Parts: sequence; C-alpha cells; structure tokens
Amino acid sequence: MNTTTTIEAGLVHQQFDDIGQQREAAKLGMWIFLATEVLFFGGLFLSYTVYRFVYGHAFVEASRKLDVVIGGTNTAVLLISSLLMAFAVRASKLDQRRMLTGLLLGTAFLGCVFMLLKGVEYHKDYVDHLVPRMGFKWEGADPGNAELFYWIYFAMTGLHAIHVTVGIGILLVLALLAWRNTFSNGNHNTIEIAGLYWHFVDIVWCFLFPLLYLVGHR
Amino acid sequence: MEKVVDPKIYFRTAIALLLLLAATWMIAYINLGLFNLIAALAIAITKAIVIALFFMHIKGSSRLLHLAAIAGVMWLLILISLTLSDFLTRGWTQ
Amino acid sequence: MKTAIEIDIQTEGEMPREHYLNVKTGVKAWLLTMDHKRIGILYLWTILVFFLIASVAAAMMRIELLTPQGDFVTNETYNKLFTIHGVLMVWFFLIPSIPTVLGNFAIPMMIGARDVAFPKLNLLSWYIFVAGGALTLWAIIHGGVDTGWTFYTPYSTTYANSHVITMAAGVFVAGFSSIITGMNFMATIHKMRAAGLTWFRLPLFIWSMYATSVILVLATPVLAITLAVMCVERIWGVGIFDPKLGGDPILFQHMFWFYSHPAVYIMILPGMGVVSELITCFSRKQIFGYGFVAAASMAIAVLGFLVWGHHMFVSSQSVYAGMVFSILSFLVAIPSAIKVFNWTATLHKGSIHFATPMLYALGFIGLFTIGGMTGLFLATLAVDVHVHDSYFVIAHFHYIMVGGMVMAFMGGLHYWWPKITGRLYPEMAGKLAALTTFLGFNLTFFPQFILGYLGMPRRYHAYPPEFQMFNVLSTAGASILGIGYLLPLIYFLWSLKFGRVAGPNPWRATGLEWQTPSPPPKHNFEDKTPIVTEKPYSYSAKEDADLNLASI
Repeated sequence: MNTTTTIEAGLVHQQFDDIGQQREAAKLGMWIFLATEVLFFGGLFLSYTVYRFVYGHAFVEASRKLDVVIGGTNTAVLLISSLLMAFAVRASKLDQRRMLTGLLLGTAFLGCVFMLLKGVEYHKDYVDHLVPRMGFKWEGADPGNAELFYWIYFAMTGLHAIHVTVGIGILLVLALLAWRNTFSNGNHNTIEIAGLYWHFVDIVWCFLFPLLYLVGHR
Repeated sequence: MEKVVDPKIYFRTAIALLLLLAATWMIAYINLGLFNLIAALAIAITKAIVIALFFMHIKGSSRLLHLAAIAGVMWLLILISLTLSDFLTRGWTQ
Repeated sequence: MKTAIEIDIQTEGEMPREHYLNVKTGVKAWLLTMDHKRIGILYLWTILVFFLIASVAAAMMRIELLTPQGDFVTNETYNKLFTIHGVLMVWFFLIPSIPTVLGNFAIPMMIGARDVAFPKLNLLSWYIFVAGGALTLWAIIHGGVDTGWTFYTPYSTTYANSHVITMAAGVFVAGFSSIITGMNFMATIHKMRAAGLTWFRLPLFIWSMYATSVILVLATPVLAITLAVMCVERIWGVGIFDPKLGGDPILFQHMFWFYSHPAVYIMILPGMGVVSELITCFSRKQIFGYGFVAAASMAIAVLGFLVWGHHMFVSSQSVYAGMVFSILSFLVAIPSAIKVFNWTATLHKGSIHFATPMLYALGFIGLFTIGGMTGLFLATLAVDVHVHDSYFVIAHFHYIMVGGMVMAFMGGLHYWWPKITGRLYPEMAGKLAALTTFLGFNLTFFPQFILGYLGMPRRYHAYPPEFQMFNVLSTAGASILGIGYLLPLIYFLWSLKFGRVAGPNPWRATGLEWQTPSPPPKHNFEDKTPIVTEKPYSYSAKEDADLNLASI
C-alpha cells in the first residue's frame, strides 16, 4: 500500500486489492455488457439486413416517407450530448462538482430533446398512417413489404428510445448524487461507466439514422 | 488528480462527427446506386469508431478492452453473414 | 501445486470454528448475502426445484409412452409436458447448473480471490433468475404452453392458444441472469487472479468456465431479442416473421438457433471443465496436453457459433447454406475429440482411484463420446433428413446433456461437496448412485437411438405398436435413473449432519480451493493470499502410491 491509497481505501470493495483493479474490472465489465447490447440490437439489425436484401426496392420506397429533418436533427442532438458526457467524465476526474452536475444535467436535457423530437415524429407517422396494424395505409406497390419496413423501423427506434430513456434516468440520478458530492476524491468510476453506456446509445443511432432514413437516395 | 484528455480533442471529435453527419445526409440526395448504401455504412462505421476511440477512450486502453469492443461486432457479423448465406442462395431475391 | 502456503493434510479433520456457513445465519442473511459461496448454494436449491418439476414432467411422458395408445394423458397435455420439460431443463437447470452452482462456489477460490468481481450483481443475477423462474411457473400453473421449448413461429405467434408470452417472458428474464453471470465470471477471471497465476497455470475448469461465459455473453442477447420480437408479434398481430407481409418464419429459426446451438456448449463446456479436474485428481497425473485441452475449450466456444443451421436442414433453408453448416458442424468434432483423447491419455498409466466423482467422470467420457459421435450422424446433411425430429435426435442430445452435463455436474458436486459443507458423503452410497445413474441412463436412452432409426418421430403421445418394446425398456430405464438421482439427494442431506468431517483437502488435490479450510472462511483464504508458482495438476502417482481415495 502506498500513500495515495489512503484516501481511496474507503472506496475499494473488499474483493479487490486496490482501486486500480476495481476500476479495470468495472470498465471491462461494462465493455462486455456493451458487447451483449450490440447483439441485443443485433437481432433487429439482422432482420433489417435480410429484408433489405430481399425487398430492397420496397424498403427504399418506404424509407422516403420518414422525416429526414427530424431524424438528422436528432443525430446532431445525440452527438452533442455525447460531447457533454465526455466532458462530464473529465470533470469527474478533475473533481469539479458543479461542472459535473451541470454537464450531467445538460446531457440528460439533450436526451429529453431527442425523446421529444422522436415523439413528434412518431405522432406524425401515426397521422400519415405509417404505424403497422394501427391504420397502416400504403398507396404504392408492395404494401406488405412497406409495413414490414415500418415494423422494423418502430422496433429499432423503439428499442433505442427505451435505451435513451433509461440513460436519462441514470444521468438524472447521477446528477443528484454528483451535487451531493458523491463522486469526489477519485470515486469517478460510476460516471465513466455511465458515460460508456451513453456513448454506446449514440453509436447505435449513428447506424439507425442512415439505415432507416437514408436507405437509398432520396 | 487523474490524467485527463485535452478538451481540444473532444471538440475536434465532435466537429468531425457533425461533419460526417452532414456528409452522409448530403450524399443521400445524390443518386449513386449501390454506392449510396456503401457510403452510408462507411460513414456510420467511421462515426462509431471515432466515438469509441475518443469519447469512450478506447485509444489508450488495454488490448483487452479493444478485444471486448470488437467482439460484439465480430459476432454480429457472424450472425448476419451466415444467415445471409441462406437468404441469398434461396433464389427468391429480386 | 506447491505454493507459498503449506497446509498439512488432515485425513480426520475438524470443522473450523467459524466459516462462511455459520458466520451469519438466518433467512435475511442468506437472502442479502453477497458471498459467492452462499449464492452458489442459493442457486443449488433453486435449480433443484426446477429439476424436480421438469423430472415429474419427464416421468409423466415416460408413463404415457409405456403403451402405444394415448391413454394416460391427452395429446394436448402431452404437448404441454414436453414443453415444460424442455423449457425448465434447458433454461432453469442445465444452463445454470454448473456455472451458477459450482462456478460461483469454486471460481473465486480456484483463482485465489476473495470474491467475484461484482458480488452485488451476482446476487442480483439470482433474483432475476428466480423472477424468470416464477414467471415460467406461473405460465405452467395457469395452463402451460404447447409450442415446445423452441417457440417456433408461426405456431407460437399465431396459432398456439396458451401462455406463450408469459413463458417466453420468463425465459427472457432468466437470460439476463445468464448475461450477468457470464460478465461477472469474465471480469473475475481476467482481473482477480492470484499473484503468479498466469493464464497457462489456470485450472482447466477456469478455462472452460471462461469459454462458457463468452458464449453466455455473446449468445444470450440474441435469444432475448428474438423472444421479445416473437412476443410483440403475438400481441401486435403483425411482425417480421409474418408471411402476410413477406416476413419469413425461418428467420426466427436462424435467430433462435444462433443462441440455442451455442447454448448446447453452455451446457457441455462446464462439464468438460469439471471432468478435467476429476480425471487428473483421481488418476494422480498431470493432464495430458494442457494447452490443447484449454485451447479446445475456446475453440468449441467460437466454432459453436458457426454451426446453428444444422438444426434447420429440413426447414426451407437453402441447400447451399445446409451444406455450409454441415461442413462447419464437423469442425466442432475436432476440439471435442482432442478433449476425449487427452482425458484418455491422462488415464494411461495413472494411479486410478475409483472414487464416486471419478465414476461419474468416467461415465461422462463414455456417454459424451456416444453423444458426440451420433452428433456427427446428425451433422451429415443426408442422414439428418432421414432421422430429423425422430427419437434418434432425442437420444443424441440426451447423451450430451444428461449423460454428459448431468453426470459431470453430479461428479463435480461430489468432488466439491466436502469443500461446500465440510463433510463427506457416504462413499459406498455414492458409488451405488453413480452406477445406478449410468445403468439407468443407458437403458433409458439407448433404445431411443434404435426407435429413432426405425422411424419413431418425437413429440407424439401415441405410436404404432411395433415400437412398444423399446419404449417399455426406456421407461424402465427412466425409473432406474430416477432412483440414481434420488439417492444422492437423500445421502447429501444426510451427510450435512452425519457425514464424516472432511478436513481441508480430502482428495489431496492441488487446486487453490483445497488450501483453505472446509468449509472455507467468509473471504476464502483468511489472511493469507495465495501465490502460485507452478502449473496446475502437479500430481505424482509415485508419491501417492499408498493413497486410497476410493475408500475415504
């Protein structure tokens, strides 16, 4: 044991030898969890890919009805929220309590903006008769295949939206804890782990946006 | 205090990501045939790698974390490619 | 393994005054425990309950099949029985069996750690498992499900009039328990090893548990999303497996088997790990070809993901894909055979002790070999078309899962029982149970190979009279097998109070877990941190010439 570990001693759980081992284990655990998340979304990406190959033309047609402005704006919103999150992790390492709380709240706020825009878009889809089984109407050819596209669209964006919602919840709790000075003196592991999750959710959207909104040329 | 990343790197990362977003958005309005799809995917993959490297600090992490980050994607590729080996050889694609 | 700690071996030991079992008692202490050893025991009781329910379902099926007519239960009830049996045995017994019970108990000790990396998540995984099990039991009590454990679409999404959603939700929830366990084990094995314990000094049980965890983590999420999509389609009325929209039910099978074939290796790899421990200890020899056995575990984990299409040879999967999956399936035989050959070579010129765990291990090798070889028949595209969905398949996978995994689980349970409880089970009764299980098992399932080859399809409650003789043999075998499982249940409980005190290392085994008292203290190694300086399994048949582990 060296001198720096005296402050950290209270933070190290009994099963670990030192804070370094604890942090490494937590980070590895989170990355393994993210690998499972890739495959959790993966089932839907697989379905998308298969039907994209089989019904390529119908998918391109169906995709043109989606609102690319909302989708694109949402991409930018998430990217900027990721930037704030990265700075939040930095602030936690530098022990800047106010900064950390603010950045976490900012990230959560942008998450809420994303969800709001998503809600507006879903409503628009409903009005345009694009929700499968809920008054789905399709004027063009292959209405069945178009409905399949919209089923996958709602499944993928819906699963993503659930992840964003969970993320917002986590961020708000962390912001409260950060305000109460929970993450001082090197106890920043939780923030870093939450950050990894938030960035991952952002990455998923980076794929959803082009695959769903920009299937072929518009 | 821990060693932290220079803020400039985060800003540059974000700007690069926004530029990539603009690129993918614009390319979608040009008819490039199959290349539309390839470009969209290539840009998405680039964005993912940039986020992982700089925001998620994969750059500078241990090899083990690199492996964990790649494993999920590799397995997704197994899932997709072997499933397609069925669907693409059935003779009912358009 | 000679390490920094020297513990003198007691044959007639004394129980330590304070250990993990008596350090804090009461229901609350157990339900809130974060001790990996106690969580292992919680899992043991839980999977025992599911095993018993699933066994009752199996017994009812075997009674039905005594006669060619469907006279004991209706065909509808029979469908529900095999679904209950399959779902509970696969997800609530076999998959958690060795990992969550023996893995939870032994992994931290075998690598010289005080606990797993994430003890809270470990406890959470048990609660999630119980919640998933509760949902599944609710579905069973309220009328059951008749889709079979595979939940194939479009039957499950459109036609089945039963509690498909609840049962699938139970499996979905239990899946997260698997994921957490796998993640926990991987982080533990990577980050918590004792000083000097390099990867190539790890016991082979750790290697196999690591390979298992890789599968748990990478396969389970695909099952989760598949079942979720299936349920949404059932509720919503339309979905991606719906042919009305151009969807393809075969896609469900691809996604399902991407999980469920690797899941077969979740069920066998831990057993292989246990057997490596048992074979070396009870033949007092270093394992033959350590590196190959370890690498074979990882190879099985990876190759296991490339072969799922061999479950779909007679679906409308393309013939090209069928051929690819057939060839890839043969590849899995290579690492599996490496393991069998290396175990056999380890036995060669060993000083073999026929103690109960060893009997189970030897049984495992024989039965696994039969199961594996018949797997090659089924991997052959043309042969599979003939025997697909017949009792040949049933016999094949029961040789792997029951003959392989359950034998290994019982062997491991006997082997670590003195470590878990501090007391020995009665050796004679143990031997008797091992032999009964082996005989009963073969009598139950060997006739099913013949039945299948003669053309008896699976999942029917009635059959042509010419199949009756083999079915009667099988049912007779099942009763013997049942006794083989009841015996350990009785003498294990008996031994808790009356068993001889074991001492820290009754088998004179080399693993780190044997260097601490039995039962171990709360944090496994008291104050001493183990240091490892040697390869595992440094047994010496010469030194142990006077040893007789079989009459301990």
